[in-house]
Amino acid sequence: MKILVCISNVPDTTSKINFTDDNSEFDTNGVQFVINPYDEFSLTKAIKLRDQHGGTVTVAHVGSANNEPTLRKALAIGADEAIRIDAEATDSFFVANELAAIAKDFDLIMTGRESIDYNGGAVPAMMAEILELSLINGCIGLEINGNNISAEREIEGGKENLSASLPIVIAGQKGLVEESELLIPNMRGIMTARTKSLNVVVVQASEQRTTSVSFEKPEERATCKLVESGNEAELVALLHNEAKAI
Amino acid sequence: MKQNWLLYYTTKQKLFNYKLKKTLDIMSVLVFAENWNGKFKKGTFEAVTYAHETAKKLGASTTAVTIGDLTDDAAQLGNYGADKVISINNNISTCDNQGMAAAIAEVANKEGASIVVVANSNTGKTIAPRLAVKLSASFISNVVDIPINNAPLEVKKKAFSGKAFEKTQSNNDKCVLALAPNAFHITETTGSAAVESFDAATTTSKITSTNIETAMGKISLAEAEIVISAGRGLKGPENWNMIEELAELLGAATACSKPVSDIGWRPHGEHVGQTGKAVAPNLYIAIGISGAIQHLAGVNSSKVMVAINTDPEAPFFRAADYGIVGDAFEVVPRLIKEIRNFKANN
Repeated sequence: MKILVCISNVPDTTSKINFTDDNSEFDTNGVQFVINPYDEFSLTKAIKLRDQHGGTVTVAHVGSANNEPTLRKALAIGADEAIRIDAEATDSFFVANELAAIAKDFDLIMTGRESIDYNGGAVPAMMAEILELSLINGCIGLEINGNNISAEREIEGGKENLSASLPIVIAGQKGLVEESELLIPNMRGIMTARTKSLNVVVVQASEQRTTSVSFEKPEERATCKLVESGNEAELVALLHNEAKAI
Repeated sequence: MKQNWLLYYTTKQKLFNYKLKKTLDIMSVLVFAENWNGKFKKGTFEAVTYAHETAKKLGASTTAVTIGDLTDDAAQLGNYGADKVISINNNISTCDNQGMAAAIAEVANKEGASIVVVANSNTGKTIAPRLAVKLSASFISNVVDIPINNAPLEVKKKAFSGKAFEKTQSNNDKCVLALAPNAFHITETTGSAAVESFDAATTTSKITSTNIETAMGKISLAEAEIVISAGRGLKGPENWNMIEELAELLGAATACSKPVSDIGWRPHGEHVGQTGKAVAPNLYIAIGISGAIQHLAGVNSSKVMVAINTDPEAPFFRAADYGIVGDAFEVVPRLIKEIRNFKANN
């Protein structure tokens, strides 16, 4: 089974988000980049599935050479090979179209539900549409039996069991594997990652359908009003009269 | 050199034609009116209101599209600004996002829609990007307000998991917009919408739902007006009774912090924060949650935030509007009592 995992490179979840002086771009100064957490759940699951059923795990990423450490980490935790599509990822259609060109040769295409930077959550569904495949979004359970798959996805207020067949696009989240099952690269993994193949692919010039104009930060809140413990009645009154929240 | 000039000239010309075309077009805004088991959801009314406000700004009409059998009356969408409702007769399972997108795209083409609005719900998230591909449209998600500009279309959206907003511009003459939940206020008017039924081309689903498990009667976290959230400060899953009691009293949804869902005290579906769900209720009450930056990212779109924590240095007190420094095991039962009193008198 050939598994493709599409990953993005995002600011660490603890990052403070700042922009350049004219607010036109994200300021990457001093920001640590990591594999998008949602993609990491899918990557870990892909490695488990390969170990169980055989086959290969390929990771694909749209981004510049600066992002290669993220791909090397994916190789270090167990992916077999990596592909980097050499372009800046700014528009979801562009990214999905570039990835779909590679993904068409795979049996199972996995990625995260959304990236934690631009949160478009569009790439999995767009890839599925371009490739005319089914999509399971918010996937929290996946089993493969020959060509058939049984999966579980989160729905509002609960979960749903699904059956489908390969090839398919799976967009994962926590639950697909648990947080505690996430793989950490060990020294041997890091050493072998250096010898694994990391192919750089030129873009096929997909359309850029959106352009970022500017960024802004949410308004700062006023100072917190503290109410004495024991005086909960005052809090209720404030929430009703002042905040109009209850 | 000459080539560059030519390129510059043709690009200019294209942009001019595009702007000209834009101003001449009579636009139509299509909105997908999602239902769950035949009933419209809160997000549906937000999306219809949003589509109507957008259409009004652009001088266009609003058409809502529904899929499958409804128990709610489709004509009621007129109360939120729909001029017309197209009711697709085909019953398509919500897991078949491919089939749903195909049916909506058929209607969008028939209506010549230049903007398609979809609520960014679980279902919407799987349909809207597919629609953009099908319609050769641009796609902008997590939109929080009506377009700032037309020609080219420019909208404000959430970015960096709630840590920022971004203004984005569409480069195509068609655009699919996915509206963030709880971001746009519902306006009810009295309007009437004519309902047309429509048979979409049938497709065979490649995916089947085998079982659905939902906690009946529970309020959906994404759509809730009030969210009661608790963290490790509660010391163990057995102490959630008071959280559930408070939530029930206020008609609120329950949520939790990441560590709580990681240790398995609460289901993953309740985890709010940067790597869980983003919520934007009217009121968010955080009990025993310190307020790590990842947690705040997922909740800071809430209109009013209350923190209850034993530690006066907890970062949540710097983000919240109201706070009580105190032990949750004492504060929450007293708060429940006071809310009961308040409810009895109001």
